[in-house]
Amino acid sequence: MSPVSAARTASAETTDTSMLRVSGLTKSYSRGTSLLSRLGSSGPSTLKALDGVDLDLRPGEILALVGESGSGKSTLAKILVGSTTATGGQVFYRGTGALARRDRESSRRVQMVFQDPYSSLNPRLTVGRMLAELLLLHKIVPRSEVRAESVRLLNLVGLEEEVLGAYPSQFSGGQRQRLAIARAIAVRPDVLIADEPVSALDVSVQATILDLFTSLRAELGLSILFIAHNLAVVQHLSDRVAVMYLGRIVEIADTRELFAHPRHPYTRALIDSIPRMREGSVNDAFELDGEPPSPYDVPAGCRFHPRCALASEICRANDPPLLQVRPAHESACLKADELAAIPLPEPPQELP
Amino acid sequence: MTGFLGGPPLLSVQDLTIGLRRPGGRSVAIVEGVSFDVDPGQRLGIVGESGSGKSLTLRAIAGLLPRGVEVLSGRVEFDGRDLLTMKAKDRRALMGPQIAMIFQEPMTALNPVTRVGDQIAEGPRRHLGMSAKEAGELAVSMMARTGIPDPARRARAYPHELSGGLRQRIMIAMAVSCGPRLLLCDEPTTALDVTVQLQVLKLLEKLCDDTGASLVFVTHDLAVVNQTCSELAVMYAGHIVEAGRVKETFRQPRHPYTRGLLESAPDFDRPERELIPIPGFPPNVADRPPGCPFAPRCGYVREHCTDAVPPLLEVLPGRLAACYESDRLVEVLV
Ligand SMILES: Nc1ncnc2c1ncn2[C@@H]1O[C@H](COP(=O)(O)OP(=O)(O)O)[C@@H](O)[C@H]1O
Ligand SMILES: Nc1ncnc2c1ncn2[C@@H]1O[C@H](COP(=O)(O)OP(=O)(O)O)[C@@H](O)[C@H]1O
Ligand code: SF4
Ligand SMILES: [Mg+2]
Ligand SMILES: [Mg+2]
Repeated sequence: MSPVSAARTASAETTDTSMLRVSGLTKSYSRGTSLLSRLGSSGPSTLKALDGVDLDLRPGEILALVGESGSGKSTLAKILVGSTTATGGQVFYRGTGALARRDRESSRRVQMVFQDPYSSLNPRLTVGRMLAELLLLHKIVPRSEVRAESVRLLNLVGLEEEVLGAYPSQFSGGQRQRLAIARAIAVRPDVLIADEPVSALDVSVQATILDLFTSLRAELGLSILFIAHNLAVVQHLSDRVAVMYLGRIVEIADTRELFAHPRHPYTRALIDSIPRMREGSVNDAFELDGEPPSPYDVPAGCRFHPRCALASEICRANDPPLLQVRPAHESACLKADELAAIPLPEPPQELP
Repeated sequence: MTGFLGGPPLLSVQDLTIGLRRPGGRSVAIVEGVSFDVDPGQRLGIVGESGSGKSLTLRAIAGLLPRGVEVLSGRVEFDGRDLLTMKAKDRRALMGPQIAMIFQEPMTALNPVTRVGDQIAEGPRRHLGMSAKEAGELAVSMMARTGIPDPARRARAYPHELSGGLRQRIMIAMAVSCGPRLLLCDEPTTALDVTVQLQVLKLLEKLCDDTGASLVFVTHDLAVVNQTCSELAVMYAGHIVEAGRVKETFRQPRHPYTRGLLESAPDFDRPERELIPIPGFPPNVADRPPGCPFAPRCGYVREHCTDAVPPLLEVLPGRLAACYESDRLVEVLV
C-alpha cells in the first residue's frame, strides 16, 4: 500500500502548474470486525471512500469541494494533509511527488482547519504557548522573535495581543476558529485545507470567517481547498467548485459557470435544493430518487444512475469519465448535453 | 399575529419567562416575556443565533424542558386551555394526538432497541385505541406517506440501520401518526444534506396542507423559513425582537438584529452582495446588558437604548419590533 508515489512523468514535471494535484486517488476501508458490523451486513467487505479522484488545486485559488455527507470529502482532505494514507493513486505537490516523504518540511506546506474549533485546539495550552511551540518546532523564527511573530499572526486573523495568555475555553466559537486558522498559517503553508470551517458557526460570525479566508488568500497568496455544504457560502467565496459523489469528482468548473450551467444531474439536484430567499414555497426541484447508495457497493456503470432522472441503458453499462463539456468545465455525465436542454428554473422573481 | 382568520388562536404564548430557579429565591431568566399566537393552519418560523432561547421556548410548549429549567411565569394556552396549570396526566394525553414535536437529532427521540414500525405504532395504540395490528398497518402507511421506500420491510428495522434522512422521516411519521393539530419542529433539517432537507421540507409542507395542522418551525436558516413559513419571530438573547409576515419582514426589517442577520447571510440569488457581519457576540443570559440586549452590537444605538428594555410594539400594521430606533430602519433590502 504505497500511498503516494514519488514517481512522476516527464510531462507532469514540465507542464503541471498546479499547487497540489491528485490523480487516480483511491482509499478503501475494510469493514470493521465488531460484532455489530458483522451481524448487520453481508456482501462486500471493503468500503471505497475514494474511488479514483482526479483534482488539481491552482496557486492562489479558493477551490470549493461539495457533495453529500459520506461522499469522501474529509477522506480526501486527510490524505492531502497526510493524516491518513491513500490506498492508491498519486499526490503531486507543485508538480512533484514530494508529499510522498512525510517529513516535517513537506507536512508544513499543507495545513488543515477543521469544522469543530472546540475539539481541534489543545485545551491545556495558552494561545501563546501553542503558537510558540509551532514556531520553534518548524524553525519559523528565532526564539527572540517568537512573541512578535505570534502577535503578527493574531492580528492577521483579527485577534489582539491580549489573547496570548488565554486558554481556548475562554473564546467564543468564532474566535476559536480564528485561533485554529492562526495556528494553521503560523508555519507558513502554501495550502490551507478547510473542512467545513464555518458549518458550526452562526451566520453573523460566519461572514467574518469567510472574509478572513479571502483576505488571507490575498495577503499570503494561500491556495485554499474549502469543503462546505452550504452552496450559498460556496458561491460567495470560491473561484472554482468541484462536486463529489460517492468517492469521485463528478463535475468541476468555475463557480459562476457551474451554477449557471450545471452539466451533471447531481449538481443540478444540489442547486435546485438550495433554500432560496426569494421564492415562496419549496420549489419544484430536479429531485433525487431514492437513498444514497452504500459505498460498500458502488453501482455499476455511472455511480449516480440509480437516483438519476435521466438515466437510461447506456448509463447502467458505462462508467463515465470526467470530460470537458464546455470551456474549462468538466462533467462525468453521459447525458450532459441532454441535461443542458432542461432549463434551470426561472430566476426567482423580485418581491412585489 | 392574531386572528387573521377571525377565530381564536390554536396556540397562545403569553409573557412566557423560562429560566433557572436558584436557591434563596433568586432566579435567572433565560427566555423572558415571550408572547406569540399561532392560528389554526398557520406556519410560524422562529429564528435567531444559537443560545437565543428557541429550543427552550418550543420545549416549554411541549412540556419537555430539561431538568432544572422551569417556566418562571406566563401562560401557554392550547385551544383555550392553559397547558401550564393542567394536570400532568391531561397534558401528556395531549402530546401525540394534539401536539407533536420533531427534533434535530432523531436518535434523541427514537428508542434504539425497538423496531421503528413498533415505535410509530405506539402512539396510535395508546391514544387512538387501535389494536396492535391496526396500529402496525397505520405505521406502515405513515411511513409510505413520508416517502420511505419499501416501508413494510423498513418498519422492521432498528434506528441505527437507517440513514439520517430515513430516521428523520421515521420521527416525522411518529410525530404525525396521531394527526396532531400543532407540530413543533426544532431544526429538523439542520443535520441533513441539502437534497434531503428539501425532501423533508416538502414532506412537512404537504402534511400540514393535508391535515390543516399548524407549524412552529425553529431554525437558524432564514432561507428555510422563507420557504416553509408565513409568519416570523426573531429571537435575540431570550426575547422576541421582531415579528411579522416572513416576506414583508425580510424585505424591510424594522429591528437592527433582523437586518444584521439578513445582511450577514449569503443569499444564493445575490452572489455579488457583500456580507456584513454583526460585530461582537450575544450576551450571557445571566448577565444581560442594561436596556436593549442588542445595544452593544447595534449600529443604530443611541444613548437612551441602554435605559430600559425596549417594548415589542406595533411599528407597521402586522409588524412588531422591540427597538427605540425602529423608525430609522426604513430601507428596503431586496
Ligand atoms: N476511519 C474510517 N473507517 C471506516 N470508514 C470510514 C472511515 N472514515 C470515513 N469512512 C467512510 O468513508 C466514507 C467517506 O467518508 P468522509 O470522507 O468522512 O465523507 P464526507 O466528509 O464527504 O462526509 C463514508 O462512507 C465513511 O463512513
Ligand atoms: N439544561 C439547561 N440548563 C441550563 N441552561 C440551559 C439549559 N439548556 C439551555 N440552557 C441555556 O439557555 C439558553 C438558550 O438555549 P436554547 O433554547 O437551547 O437556545 P437555541 O435553541 O436558540 O440555540 C442557552 O444560553 C443555554 O446555555
Ligand atoms: S451518466 Fe447517466 S445516470 Fe449518470 S448522471 Fe449522466 S445521465 Fe445520469
Ligand atoms: Mg466530512
Ligand atoms: Mg436549539
